Amino acid sequence: MLNFLPWFKNNPKAAYLALIPIVIVLLLLPHLAGTFGNSWVRIIDFALLYIMLALGLNIVVGYAGLLDLGYVAFYAVGAYMYALLSSPHLFENFEWIAQTFPNGIHTSLWLVIPMAAGIAALFGAVLGAPTLRLRGDYLAIVTLGFGEIIRIFMNNLNQPINITNGPQGITKIDSASFFGYSLGEKRELFGVLFEPVHMYYYLFLTLTIIIILITVRLQDSRIGRAWMAIREDEIAAKAMGINTRNVKLLAFAMGASFGGVSGAMFSAFQGFVSPESFTLMESIVIVAMVVLGGMGHIPGVILGAILLYAIPETLRFIAKPMQEAIFGHELIAPEALRMLLFGLAMVVIMLYRPEGLWPSPKHGSDPGLGGATR
Amino acid sequence: MEFDFQILLQQILNGLVLGSVYALVALGYTMVYGILQLINFAHGDVLMIGAMLAATLAPILLAAGVPGILVLIIVTAVAIPVCILLAVVIERVAYRPLRNAPRLAPLITAIGVSILIQTVAMMIWKPNPRPFPDLLPTDPIMMGEVVLAPKQLLILVVAAAMMIGLTLLVNRTRLGRAMRATAENPRIAQLMGVNANQVIALTFAIGAALAAVAGVLVALNYNQASFMMGFTPGLKAFTAAVLGGIGNLAGAMVGGLLLGIIESLGAGYIGDLTGGFLGSQYQDIFAFVVLIIVLVFRPSGIMGERVADRA
Repeated sequence: MLNFLPWFKNNPKAAYLALIPIVIVLLLLPHLAGTFGNSWVRIIDFALLYIMLALGLNIVVGYAGLLDLGYVAFYAVGAYMYALLSSPHLFENFEWIAQTFPNGIHTSLWLVIPMAAGIAALFGAVLGAPTLRLRGDYLAIVTLGFGEIIRIFMNNLNQPINITNGPQGITKIDSASFFGYSLGEKRELFGVLFEPVHMYYYLFLTLTIIIILITVRLQDSRIGRAWMAIREDEIAAKAMGINTRNVKLLAFAMGASFGGVSGAMFSAFQGFVSPESFTLMESIVIVAMVVLGGMGHIPGVILGAILLYAIPETLRFIAKPMQEAIFGHELIAPEALRMLLFGLAMVVIMLYRPEGLWPSPKHGSDPGLGGATR
Repeated sequence: MEFDFQILLQQILNGLVLGSVYALVALGYTMVYGILQLINFAHGDVLMIGAMLAATLAPILLAAGVPGILVLIIVTAVAIPVCILLAVVIERVAYRPLRNAPRLAPLITAIGVSILIQTVAMMIWKPNPRPFPDLLPTDPIMMGEVVLAPKQLLILVVAAAMMIGLTLLVNRTRLGRAMRATAENPRIAQLMGVNANQVIALTFAIGAALAAVAGVLVALNYNQASFMMGFTPGLKAFTAAVLGGIGNLAGAMVGGLLLGIIESLGAGYIGDLTGGFLGSQYQDIFAFVVLIIVLVFRPSGIMGERVADRA
């Protein structure tokens, strides 16, 4: 944790003291936001999901310097896995499943999280194995293609055997539950009302913190240093005795596993998944979060995720009344405004701050590319 | 299962038509990549702008009583300069300042520019696809038992003409020589008196002109245009460029045609091959599968002589 707050590095006592207000704010946040309506809590929940995704992708893009434009595929794998394992869909479509599980399939969250991580990691390794010897921009295109392939399959695998229910998606997905305790119901604890959005907030917060801890520890580990060596100069890394293929594969698989977990969470939170949620645009947004925030720098990535998710989302509320006040009518639809903002941010930040908004404080190294300064 | 030779021929012909459009777009990618080692993500969107302009103008001109073929010529003549201007501006604003930046940077601005163009196009032309009128006679031309629509014939002829023109330009003119020199080594080319910035801008302009023509042809072929239409042909054209050997003009042409045929045959026969499990809705997958296979087994492409990893 001390590495995460570098300015407290030499003063652990201050660091722990500083943590206390942060923890209190984080614990109270959903209730404070909830006073303005639950939609704000939902926004925070989604922001946490995006932080998890961005941190996962940060391993691939930020640490190992491999540009992955199909990251959303792993998110989709996790989401669909949870959807299939916790909704009546398979039960209704397959006789033998109905016979094996007469009460329907309801998989516990404890099982789902490791499974989502495992399956997504498997997908990551399968994609990575043939493509990782490619140079940066080729890899970007191949991963982009892979993301599209996954989406096309989800869109079309409703016939002849209905696995994904095609474009309609899978509905009636169970809420996350553990110990028979569902997060989908309201309940009161110590006189405070906890709505489902609040409980998901705590779940997501816990997972986010776990992911942060893992990635912080990874960064300073042998593997993390190997990743960064590859990022800076692959040939030199090889010469230093790093097995670049395996280490890159590991980056891919680990990044993918976080994507898978976030996907499962997304699916449980929404209660509904469809191929629409897993478009290329989504991948690009996540890449933008990592790149704009500061590749390879965890606080930067978190900042990027929050900014890129929360600002456009807030605009949705603010933009319309503001435009009506200024122009008398709505000039630009919120969705278009959001995209304009993304596009502009990507161009402008790359032009003026290529290391991102909050780059890692590394000295003398240039963060972020496959060792290719032509 | 009985094998029908006519159907095979028809599929190959359709593939050639599809592929010649890919080839036109692929040339734009390959020229830029050859010189800058940059994947110009916005190239597909330049095509889209050309198509949208054509789709806006064509109905107006038709209503004014201009004959179909003339309309086609006029809209293309309008689309080309607009696309050229757009591409040159993109190069100047988003790519040139980053020429010595880390490799990921221009790739990300390219994606950003692509998003910007798409969004602006969506705001101007609204999200729904625009119909594109039939500007040519629609009676099919019979060749034996193989059918070819006049617009398909036009696509083949125009694409072939543009490819020949480009080959002549690159191989026979002073500009072409400057382009080849810059692709070989920008610094040395500059020492030899080539204005590299100008050559690069012109390369973007030529690519954009080809994309504008391709855009009009795509709109004509599918009878519609929409703000999203640039993405898929762009991606496939990039695949075609890689398949042929990126940076190589002849390679882009061969790659485009080959990819078109692969797609057309794949979509036609995938149902039979998989016993009906996968249908023609998986057409778009072929390009990606081809891309992955090529990159894994022969990253330099069919005609590429350059090694893929030049880092």
